Amino acid sequence: MGAHRFYGFRRENGRVGIRNHVIVLPLDDLSNAAAEAVANNIKGTMALPHAYGRLQFGEDLELFFRTLIGTGSNPNVAACVVIGIEPGWTGRIVDGIAQTGKPVAGFSIEGNGDIGTIASASRQAREFVQWATEKQREPCPIEDLFISVKCGESDTTSGLASCPTVGNLIDKLDPLGVTTCFGETSEITGAEAVCASRAATPEVGAKFMQVFNAYQEVIDRHKTNDLSESQPTKGNIAGGLTTIEEKAFGNLQKIGRKTKFIDVLKPAAPPAKGAGLYYMDTSSAAAECITLQAAAGFVVHLFPTGQGNIIGNAIEPVIKLTANPKTARTMAEHVDLDVSGILRREMTLDQAGDRLIDIMIRTCNGRLTSAEALGHREFVLTKLYQSA
Amino acid sequence: MATDFIVHDKADTVGVVVVEDVKSGKDLTGWIMETDETITLKSLEAVPLGHKIALRDLKSGDTVLKYGHDVGRTVADIAQGRHVHIHNLKTKRW
Repeated sequence: MGAHRFYGFRRENGRVGIRNHVIVLPLDDLSNAAAEAVANNIKGTMALPHAYGRLQFGEDLELFFRTLIGTGSNPNVAACVVIGIEPGWTGRIVDGIAQTGKPVAGFSIEGNGDIGTIASASRQAREFVQWATEKQREPCPIEDLFISVKCGESDTTSGLASCPTVGNLIDKLDPLGVTTCFGETSEITGAEAVCASRAATPEVGAKFMQVFNAYQEVIDRHKTNDLSESQPTKGNIAGGLTTIEEKAFGNLQKIGRKTKFIDVLKPAAPPAKGAGLYYMDTSSAAAECITLQAAAGFVVHLFPTGQGNIIGNAIEPVIKLTANPKTARTMAEHVDLDVSGILRREMTLDQAGDRLIDIMIRTCNGRLTSAEALGHREFVLTKLYQSA
Repeated sequence: MATDFIVHDKADTVGVVVVEDVKSGKDLTGWIMETDETITLKSLEAVPLGHKIALRDLKSGDTVLKYGHDVGRTVADIAQGRHVHIHNLKTKRW
Protein backbone atom coordinates (compact mmCIF):
# COMPACT_ATOMS: atom_id res chain seq x y z
CA MET A 1 0.00 0.00 0.00
CA GLY A 2 3.02 2.31 0.15
CA ALA A 3 3.65 5.16 2.53
CA HIS A 4 0.44 6.47 4.02
CA ARG A 5 1.05 10.15 3.64
CA PHE A 6 0.13 12.75 1.10
CA TYR A 7 1.03 16.30 0.10
CA GLY A 8 -1.61 18.85 1.03
CA PHE A 9 -2.19 22.50 1.87
CA ARG A 10 -2.27 23.10 5.61
CA ARG A 11 -4.73 25.89 6.41
CA GLU A 12 -4.79 28.52 9.15
CA ASN A 13 -6.97 26.33 11.42
CA GLY A 14 -4.75 23.26 11.04
CA ARG A 15 -7.03 21.38 8.63
CA VAL A 16 -5.53 20.10 5.37
CA GLY A 17 -6.85 20.64 1.85
CA ILE A 18 -5.88 18.81 -1.32
CA ARG A 19 -6.86 21.66 -3.65
CA ASN A 20 -6.12 25.37 -3.48
CA HIS A 21 -9.27 27.01 -4.82
CA VAL A 22 -10.09 30.69 -4.64
CA ILE A 23 -13.86 30.75 -4.87
CA VAL A 24 -16.41 33.46 -5.59
CA LEU A 25 -19.49 32.48 -3.62
CA PRO A 26 -22.84 34.12 -4.31
CA LEU A 27 -25.11 34.54 -1.30
CA ASP A 28 -28.21 34.22 -3.45
CA ASP A 29 -29.53 33.51 -6.93
CA LEU A 30 -29.51 37.24 -7.78
CA SER A 31 -25.76 37.47 -7.25
CA ASN A 32 -24.78 34.64 -9.59
CA ALA A 33 -24.21 37.03 -12.51
CA ALA A 34 -21.77 39.22 -10.57
CA ALA A 35 -19.96 36.18 -9.12
CA GLU A 36 -19.53 34.67 -12.59
CA ALA A 37 -18.29 38.02 -13.93
CA VAL A 38 -15.62 38.20 -11.21
CA ALA A 39 -14.51 34.62 -11.95
CA ASN A 40 -14.31 35.53 -15.61
CA ASN A 41 -12.23 38.64 -14.85
CA ILE A 42 -9.75 36.98 -12.50
CA LYS A 43 -8.16 33.79 -13.79
CA GLY A 44 -7.61 31.05 -11.24
CA THR A 45 -10.85 31.79 -9.41
CA MET A 46 -14.09 29.81 -9.60
CA ALA A 47 -17.69 30.97 -9.16
CA LEU A 48 -20.19 28.65 -7.45
CA PRO A 49 -23.60 29.72 -8.77
CA HIS A 50 -26.70 28.22 -7.15
CA ALA A 51 -30.46 28.64 -7.13
CA TYR A 52 -31.37 29.73 -3.60
CA GLY A 53 -30.81 32.15 -0.73
CA ARG A 54 -33.98 34.24 -0.78
CA LEU A 55 -36.92 34.04 1.64
CA GLN A 56 -35.84 30.75 3.17
CA PHE A 57 -36.68 30.33 6.85
CA GLY A 58 -36.40 28.03 9.84
CA GLU A 59 -34.46 24.80 9.55
CA ASP A 60 -34.16 25.22 5.78
CA LEU A 61 -32.45 28.59 6.25
CA GLU A 62 -30.11 27.15 8.88
CA LEU A 63 -29.13 24.40 6.44
CA PHE A 64 -28.58 27.03 3.74
CA PHE A 65 -26.19 29.04 5.91
CA ARG A 66 -24.44 25.89 7.15
CA THR A 67 -23.89 24.75 3.56
CA LEU A 68 -22.57 28.08 2.25
CA ILE A 69 -20.36 28.79 5.27
CA GLY A 70 -19.14 25.19 5.22
CA THR A 71 -18.28 25.39 1.53
CA GLY A 72 -16.17 28.50 2.05
CA SER A 73 -14.61 26.95 5.15
CA ASN A 74 -13.59 23.68 3.41
CA PRO A 75 -9.77 23.29 3.49
CA ASN A 76 -9.76 22.81 -0.30
CA VAL A 77 -10.61 26.53 -0.45
CA ALA A 78 -7.66 28.88 0.10
CA ALA A 79 -9.63 32.12 0.05
CA CYS A 80 -13.16 33.25 -0.65
CA VAL A 81 -15.00 36.26 -2.09
CA VAL A 82 -18.69 36.42 -1.12
CA ILE A 83 -21.16 38.49 -3.14
CA GLY A 84 -24.76 39.06 -2.02
CA ILE A 85 -27.64 41.34 -2.86
CA GLU A 86 -27.58 43.00 0.58
CA PRO A 87 -24.90 43.35 3.25
CA GLY A 88 -26.60 41.61 6.21
CA TRP A 89 -26.68 37.98 5.15
CA THR A 90 -23.55 38.52 3.04
CA GLY A 91 -21.77 39.50 6.25
CA ARG A 92 -23.14 36.47 8.06
CA ILE A 93 -21.52 34.18 5.47
CA VAL A 94 -18.24 36.14 5.60
CA ASP A 95 -18.13 36.02 9.42
CA GLY A 96 -18.81 32.28 9.39
CA ILE A 97 -15.99 31.54 6.96
CA ALA A 98 -13.64 33.95 8.78
CA GLN A 99 -13.77 31.63 11.82
CA THR A 100 -11.33 29.38 9.95
CA GLY A 101 -8.79 32.21 9.78
CA LYS A 102 -8.64 32.12 5.99
CA PRO A 103 -8.87 35.28 3.86
CA VAL A 104 -12.50 36.13 3.04
CA ALA A 105 -14.22 39.33 1.93
CA GLY A 106 -17.84 40.24 1.22
CA PHE A 107 -19.40 42.62 -1.32
CA SER A 108 -23.04 43.61 -1.64
CA ILE A 109 -24.86 44.87 -4.69
CA GLU A 110 -27.66 47.15 -3.40
CA GLY A 111 -26.49 50.77 -3.67
CA ASN A 112 -23.51 49.77 -5.83
CA GLY A 113 -25.00 47.95 -8.79
CA ASP A 114 -23.50 44.95 -10.53
CA ILE A 115 -20.70 46.84 -12.28
CA GLY A 116 -19.34 48.60 -9.18
CA THR A 117 -19.59 45.40 -7.16
CA ILE A 118 -17.84 43.37 -9.84
CA ALA A 119 -14.99 45.92 -10.00
CA SER A 120 -14.41 45.94 -6.21
CA ALA A 121 -14.77 42.17 -5.87
CA SER A 122 -12.44 41.56 -8.83
CA ARG A 123 -9.69 43.68 -7.23
CA GLN A 124 -10.01 41.65 -4.03
CA ALA A 125 -10.11 38.35 -5.95
CA ARG A 126 -6.89 39.26 -7.77
CA GLU A 127 -5.12 39.79 -4.43
CA PHE A 128 -6.47 36.51 -3.06
CA VAL A 129 -5.46 34.47 -6.09
CA GLN A 130 -1.91 35.85 -6.12
CA TRP A 131 -1.60 35.15 -2.39
CA ALA A 132 -3.04 31.63 -2.74
CA THR A 133 -0.88 30.62 -5.67
CA GLU A 134 2.23 31.05 -3.54
CA LYS A 135 1.01 28.39 -1.08
CA GLN A 136 3.05 25.17 -1.15
CA ARG A 137 2.00 21.58 -0.52
CA GLU A 138 3.61 19.89 2.45
CA PRO A 139 3.79 16.24 3.60
CA CYS A 140 0.83 15.31 5.78
CA PRO A 141 -0.02 12.12 7.67
CA ILE A 142 -2.99 10.09 6.45
CA GLU A 143 -5.02 11.03 9.53
CA ASP A 144 -5.31 14.57 8.17
CA LEU A 145 -7.60 13.19 5.43
CA PHE A 146 -11.37 13.63 5.53
CA ILE A 147 -12.92 11.19 3.02
CA SER A 148 -16.58 11.07 1.99
CA VAL A 149 -18.32 8.28 0.06
CA LYS A 150 -21.51 8.01 -1.97
CA CYS A 151 -22.45 5.82 -4.94
CA GLY A 152 -24.58 6.63 -7.96
CA GLU A 153 -26.32 5.15 -10.98
CA SER A 154 -25.63 1.93 -9.14
CA ASP A 155 -26.30 -1.47 -10.56
CA THR A 156 -25.73 -4.96 -9.26
CA THR A 157 -22.00 -4.68 -10.00
CA SER A 158 -21.86 -1.84 -7.45
CA GLY A 159 -22.98 -4.17 -4.65
CA LEU A 160 -20.75 -6.99 -5.90
CA ALA A 161 -17.49 -5.10 -6.31
CA SER A 162 -17.18 -1.29 -6.52
CA CYS A 163 -18.98 -0.52 -3.22
CA PRO A 164 -17.10 -3.33 -1.39
CA THR A 165 -13.83 -1.82 -2.78
CA VAL A 166 -14.66 1.45 -1.02
CA GLY A 167 -15.58 -0.57 2.09
CA ASN A 168 -12.21 -2.32 1.93
CA LEU A 169 -10.46 1.09 1.89
CA ILE A 170 -12.48 2.25 4.90
CA ASP A 171 -11.74 -0.94 6.85
CA LYS A 172 -8.01 -0.44 6.12
CA LEU A 173 -7.81 3.31 6.83
CA ASP A 174 -10.24 3.63 9.78
CA PRO A 175 -7.74 2.12 12.23
CA LEU A 176 -5.16 4.66 10.99
CA GLY A 177 -7.29 7.57 12.20
CA VAL A 178 -8.88 9.00 9.05
CA THR A 179 -12.29 10.70 9.20
CA THR A 180 -14.90 9.30 6.82
CA CYS A 181 -18.56 9.91 6.01
CA PHE A 182 -21.44 8.08 4.34
CA GLY A 183 -25.06 9.20 3.94
CA GLU A 184 -28.01 8.56 1.60
CA THR A 185 -30.83 8.08 4.09
CA SER A 186 -33.53 6.87 1.68
CA GLU A 187 -31.08 4.42 0.15
CA ILE A 188 -30.74 2.44 3.36
CA THR A 189 -34.41 1.42 3.19
CA GLY A 190 -34.62 -2.31 3.73
CA ALA A 191 -31.14 -2.48 5.27
CA GLU A 192 -31.79 -0.05 8.13
CA ALA A 193 -31.58 -2.70 10.84
CA VAL A 194 -28.20 -3.86 9.53
CA CYS A 195 -27.04 -0.25 9.32
CA ALA A 196 -28.18 0.47 12.88
CA SER A 197 -26.22 -2.58 14.05
CA ARG A 198 -23.08 -0.95 12.62
CA ALA A 199 -23.34 1.99 15.02
CA ALA A 200 -20.56 2.15 17.60
CA THR A 201 -23.03 2.38 20.50
CA PRO A 202 -26.76 1.68 20.96
CA GLU A 203 -27.29 5.44 21.43
CA VAL A 204 -25.77 6.21 18.02
CA GLY A 205 -27.84 3.39 16.50
CA ALA A 206 -31.02 4.86 18.01
CA LYS A 207 -30.07 8.30 16.69
CA PHE A 208 -29.66 6.80 13.22
CA MET A 209 -33.09 5.09 13.40
CA GLN A 210 -34.69 8.37 14.44
CA VAL A 211 -33.24 10.14 11.37
CA PHE A 212 -34.13 7.19 9.14
CA ASN A 213 -37.75 7.09 10.33
CA ALA A 214 -38.15 10.85 9.89
CA TYR A 215 -37.05 10.52 6.25
CA GLN A 216 -39.50 7.64 5.71
CA GLU A 217 -42.28 9.93 6.95
CA VAL A 218 -41.33 12.53 4.33
CA ILE A 219 -41.47 9.87 1.61
CA ASP A 220 -44.79 8.48 2.87
CA ARG A 221 -46.30 11.98 2.95
CA HIS A 222 -45.34 12.86 -0.63
CA LYS A 223 -45.18 9.60 -2.57
CA THR A 224 -47.62 8.80 -5.40
CA ASN A 225 -46.34 5.26 -6.04
CA ASP A 226 -43.65 2.90 -4.74
CA LEU A 227 -40.94 5.33 -6.01
CA SER A 228 -39.85 2.90 -8.72
CA GLU A 229 -37.87 4.90 -11.36
CA SER A 230 -36.96 7.50 -8.68
CA GLN A 231 -35.49 5.22 -5.99
CA PRO A 232 -34.32 2.88 -7.58
CA THR A 233 -33.71 5.19 -10.57
CA LYS A 234 -34.34 4.33 -14.22
CA GLY A 235 -30.59 3.78 -14.55
CA ASN A 236 -30.49 1.46 -11.53
CA ILE A 237 -33.32 -0.61 -13.05
CA ALA A 238 -31.63 -0.74 -16.47
CA GLY A 239 -28.57 -2.06 -14.63
CA GLY A 240 -30.52 -4.90 -13.04
CA LEU A 241 -31.45 -3.49 -9.62
CA THR A 242 -35.11 -4.20 -8.92
CA THR A 243 -36.07 -3.03 -5.42
CA ILE A 244 -34.95 -0.41 -2.91
CA GLU A 245 -34.04 -3.19 -0.47
CA GLU A 246 -31.64 -4.74 -3.00
CA LYS A 247 -30.13 -1.32 -3.73
CA ALA A 248 -29.77 -0.60 -0.01
CA PHE A 249 -27.70 -3.70 0.74
CA GLY A 250 -25.40 -2.84 -2.18
CA ASN A 251 -25.08 0.74 -0.97
CA LEU A 252 -24.16 -0.35 2.55
CA GLN A 253 -21.17 -2.32 1.26
CA LYS A 254 -19.36 1.03 1.12
CA ILE A 255 -18.81 1.10 4.89
CA GLY A 256 -16.88 -2.13 4.84
CA ARG A 257 -17.27 -5.20 6.97
CA LYS A 258 -16.13 -4.08 10.39
CA THR A 259 -15.92 -0.28 10.69
CA LYS A 260 -18.54 1.19 13.05
CA PHE A 261 -19.99 4.68 12.70
CA ILE A 262 -19.45 6.89 15.72
CA ASP A 263 -22.02 9.65 15.22
CA VAL A 264 -24.99 10.86 13.19
CA LEU A 265 -24.56 14.24 11.50
CA LYS A 266 -27.18 16.71 10.36
CA PRO A 267 -26.79 17.62 6.67
CA ALA A 268 -23.61 19.71 6.11
CA ALA A 269 -22.67 19.52 9.82
CA PRO A 270 -18.94 19.03 10.46
CA PRO A 271 -17.85 15.93 12.39
CA ALA A 272 -17.23 16.79 16.04
CA LYS A 273 -16.16 13.55 17.72
CA GLY A 274 -12.71 13.12 16.26
CA ALA A 275 -11.52 10.54 13.76
CA GLY A 276 -13.82 7.76 12.64
CA LEU A 277 -16.76 6.95 10.39
CA TYR A 278 -19.78 9.29 10.45
CA TYR A 279 -23.26 8.87 9.06
CA MET A 280 -24.82 12.04 7.59
CA ASP A 281 -28.52 12.53 6.91
CA THR A 282 -28.55 13.33 3.17
CA SER A 283 -30.58 12.84 0.05
CA SER A 284 -29.36 10.07 -2.25
CA ALA A 285 -29.12 12.49 -5.18
CA ALA A 286 -25.39 12.59 -5.95
CA ALA A 287 -24.81 16.32 -6.41
CA GLU A 288 -26.84 17.22 -3.31
CA CYS A 289 -25.15 14.61 -1.15
CA ILE A 290 -21.58 15.51 -2.13
CA THR A 291 -22.29 19.25 -1.78
CA LEU A 292 -23.41 18.57 1.82
CA GLN A 293 -20.37 16.39 2.56
CA ALA A 294 -18.00 19.01 1.09
CA ALA A 295 -19.71 21.66 3.23
CA ALA A 296 -19.01 19.49 6.29
CA GLY A 297 -15.29 19.68 5.48
CA PHE A 298 -14.61 16.43 3.61
CA VAL A 299 -11.82 16.97 1.06
CA VAL A 300 -11.81 13.88 -1.17
CA HIS A 301 -14.73 11.78 -2.34
CA LEU A 302 -14.95 8.13 -3.43
CA PHE A 303 -17.82 7.40 -5.82
CA PRO A 304 -18.61 3.89 -7.05
CA THR A 305 -20.87 3.81 -10.12
CA GLY A 306 -22.45 1.00 -12.08
CA GLN A 307 -24.21 2.45 -15.11
CA GLY A 308 -21.96 5.52 -15.28
CA ASN A 309 -22.89 8.53 -13.14
CA ILE A 310 -20.61 11.38 -14.33
CA ILE A 311 -20.72 13.48 -11.12
CA GLY A 312 -18.07 15.91 -9.96
CA ASN A 313 -18.08 18.66 -7.34
CA ALA A 314 -16.91 22.27 -7.40
CA ILE A 315 -14.45 22.01 -4.50
CA GLU A 316 -14.17 18.32 -3.50
CA PRO A 317 -12.48 16.04 -6.06
CA VAL A 318 -14.69 13.02 -6.87
CA ILE A 319 -12.85 9.78 -7.66
CA LYS A 320 -15.06 7.42 -9.64
CA LEU A 321 -14.70 3.67 -9.78
CA THR A 322 -16.76 1.07 -11.57
CA ALA A 323 -16.93 -2.71 -11.68
CA ASN A 324 -19.23 -2.75 -14.70
CA PRO A 325 -17.04 -3.84 -17.64
CA LYS A 326 -19.38 -2.21 -20.16
CA THR A 327 -19.28 1.15 -18.35
CA ALA A 328 -15.49 0.92 -18.02
CA ARG A 329 -15.31 0.41 -21.79
CA THR A 330 -17.96 2.82 -23.06
CA MET A 331 -17.43 5.67 -20.54
CA ALA A 332 -13.70 5.33 -19.91
CA GLU A 333 -13.12 9.08 -19.71
CA HIS A 334 -15.28 9.24 -16.56
CA VAL A 335 -13.67 6.32 -14.74
CA ASP A 336 -10.67 6.82 -12.44
CA LEU A 337 -10.43 3.17 -11.39
CA ASP A 338 -11.73 0.05 -13.13
CA VAL A 339 -12.35 -2.81 -10.69
CA SER A 340 -14.33 -5.04 -13.09
CA GLY A 341 -11.51 -7.57 -12.72
CA ILE A 342 -13.14 -8.60 -9.42
CA LEU A 343 -16.12 -9.97 -11.38
CA ARG A 344 -13.80 -11.94 -13.65
CA ARG A 345 -11.93 -13.15 -10.54
CA GLU A 346 -8.74 -11.61 -11.90
CA MET A 347 -8.51 -9.16 -8.97
CA THR A 348 -9.28 -9.69 -5.30
CA LEU A 349 -11.20 -7.22 -3.18
CA ASP A 350 -8.04 -6.67 -1.15
CA GLN A 351 -6.09 -5.74 -4.29
CA ALA A 352 -8.89 -3.46 -5.47
CA GLY A 353 -8.89 -1.68 -2.09
CA ASP A 354 -5.12 -1.11 -2.35
CA ARG A 355 -5.52 0.31 -5.86
CA LEU A 356 -8.19 2.68 -4.61
CA ILE A 357 -5.90 3.85 -1.79
CA ASP A 358 -3.18 4.43 -4.40
CA ILE A 359 -5.34 6.49 -6.78
CA MET A 360 -6.81 8.42 -3.84
CA ILE A 361 -3.35 9.39 -2.53
CA ARG A 362 -2.25 10.40 -6.04
CA THR A 363 -5.41 12.51 -6.34
CA CYS A 364 -4.71 14.10 -2.97
CA ASN A 365 -1.19 14.90 -4.19
CA GLY A 366 -2.61 16.87 -7.10
CA ARG A 367 -3.60 14.47 -9.89
CA LEU A 368 -6.86 15.71 -11.42
CA THR A 369 -9.80 13.34 -11.33
CA SER A 370 -11.67 12.52 -14.52
CA ALA A 371 -14.51 14.75 -13.35
CA GLU A 372 -12.12 17.65 -12.72
CA ALA A 373 -10.46 17.21 -16.11
CA LEU A 374 -13.87 17.17 -17.78
CA GLY A 375 -14.95 20.35 -15.95
CA HIS A 376 -17.61 18.90 -13.63
CA ARG A 377 -18.32 21.45 -10.89
CA GLU A 378 -21.67 20.34 -9.53
CA PHE A 379 -22.77 22.47 -6.57
CA VAL A 380 -26.36 21.75 -5.61
CA LEU A 381 -27.97 22.98 -2.42
CA THR A 382 -30.46 20.81 -0.55
CA LYS A 383 -33.80 22.54 0.01
CA LEU A 384 -35.95 21.13 2.83
CA TYR A 385 -39.27 22.82 1.92
CA GLN A 386 -40.87 25.82 0.15
CA SER A 387 -39.56 29.34 0.70
CA ALA A 388 -41.77 31.87 2.48
CA MET B 1 -13.10 -21.25 -15.55
CA ALA B 2 -15.10 -18.20 -16.62
CA THR B 3 -17.69 -16.96 -14.14
CA ASP B 4 -21.09 -16.26 -15.74
CA PHE B 5 -22.92 -15.27 -12.58
CA ILE B 6 -22.06 -14.40 -8.97
CA VAL B 7 -24.00 -15.15 -5.80
CA HIS B 8 -23.35 -13.05 -2.70
CA ASP B 9 -24.44 -15.46 0.01
CA LYS B 10 -25.03 -19.21 0.23
CA ALA B 11 -28.67 -18.61 1.27
CA ASP B 12 -29.49 -16.37 -1.73
CA THR B 13 -32.25 -17.37 -4.16
CA VAL B 14 -30.93 -15.19 -7.00
CA GLY B 15 -27.54 -14.68 -8.65
CA VAL B 16 -26.19 -11.79 -10.76
CA VAL B 17 -25.16 -12.35 -14.37
CA VAL B 18 -21.73 -10.75 -14.92
CA VAL B 19 -21.18 -11.48 -18.61
CA GLU B 20 -22.82 -9.84 -21.62
CA ASP B 21 -23.92 -12.88 -23.64
CA VAL B 22 -26.33 -15.01 -21.58
CA LYS B 23 -28.97 -16.41 -23.96
CA SER B 24 -31.69 -19.01 -23.39
CA GLY B 25 -30.47 -22.58 -22.83
CA LYS B 26 -26.89 -21.69 -21.88
CA ASP B 27 -25.01 -23.74 -19.29
CA LEU B 28 -23.72 -21.21 -16.76
CA THR B 29 -21.03 -21.34 -14.10
CA GLY B 30 -21.61 -19.44 -10.88
CA TRP B 31 -19.42 -18.40 -7.94
CA ILE B 32 -20.77 -18.10 -4.40
CA MET B 33 -18.60 -15.37 -2.87
CA GLU B 34 -19.40 -16.18 0.78
CA THR B 35 -18.29 -19.80 0.59
CA ASP B 36 -16.06 -19.63 -2.53
CA GLU B 37 -18.08 -22.47 -4.08
CA THR B 38 -18.76 -23.08 -7.77
CA ILE B 39 -22.28 -23.98 -8.94
CA THR B 40 -23.88 -24.55 -12.35
CA LEU B 41 -27.24 -23.58 -13.80
CA LYS B 42 -29.01 -23.60 -17.20
CA SER B 43 -30.58 -20.30 -18.31
CA LEU B 44 -34.20 -20.50 -19.53
CA GLU B 45 -34.12 -17.09 -21.19
CA ALA B 46 -31.70 -14.26 -22.05
CA VAL B 47 -30.50 -12.37 -18.97
CA PRO B 48 -28.59 -9.08 -19.50
CA LEU B 49 -25.31 -8.20 -17.76
CA GLY B 50 -26.02 -7.21 -14.15
CA HIS B 51 -29.51 -8.70 -14.06
CA LYS B 52 -30.63 -11.48 -11.75
CA ILE B 53 -31.29 -15.13 -12.50
CA ALA B 54 -33.39 -17.45 -10.29
CA LEU B 55 -31.24 -20.09 -8.56
CA ARG B 56 -34.27 -22.22 -7.76
CA ASP B 57 -38.00 -22.39 -8.47
CA LEU B 58 -39.83 -19.55 -6.70
CA LYS B 59 -43.58 -19.30 -6.09
CA SER B 60 -45.57 -16.07 -6.35
CA GLY B 61 -45.41 -14.29 -2.99
CA ASP B 62 -42.05 -15.78 -1.99
CA THR B 63 -39.41 -13.62 -0.35
CA VAL B 64 -36.29 -13.23 -2.49
CA LEU B 65 -32.95 -13.41 -0.70
CA LYS B 66 -29.82 -11.56 -1.85
CA TYR B 67 -26.84 -10.67 0.39
CA GLY B 68 -28.56 -13.28 2.64
CA HIS B 69 -31.32 -10.70 3.24
CA ASP B 70 -34.92 -10.00 2.19
CA VAL B 71 -34.89 -7.83 -0.96
CA GLY B 72 -38.59 -8.09 -1.90
CA ARG B 73 -41.39 -10.49 -2.84
CA THR B 74 -42.17 -12.24 -6.11
CA VAL B 75 -45.43 -11.39 -7.89
CA ALA B 76 -45.34 -14.41 -10.25
CA ASP B 77 -44.03 -17.96 -10.21
CA ILE B 78 -40.40 -17.92 -11.39
CA ALA B 79 -38.66 -21.07 -12.59
CA GLN B 80 -34.99 -21.76 -11.89
CA GLY B 81 -32.93 -20.17 -14.70
CA ARG B 82 -35.41 -17.36 -15.43
CA HIS B 83 -34.79 -13.62 -15.39
CA VAL B 84 -35.80 -11.94 -12.09
CA HIS B 85 -36.60 -8.23 -12.36
CA ILE B 86 -39.36 -5.60 -12.08
CA HIS B 87 -41.88 -7.80 -13.95
CA ASN B 88 -41.83 -10.50 -11.26
CA LEU B 89 -40.21 -8.96 -8.15
CA LYS B 90 -41.51 -5.99 -6.11
CA THR B 91 -40.42 -4.05 -3.06
CA LYS B 92 -42.15 -4.73 0.27
CA ARG B 93 -41.57 -1.09 1.25
CA TRP B 94 -43.17 2.23 0.29
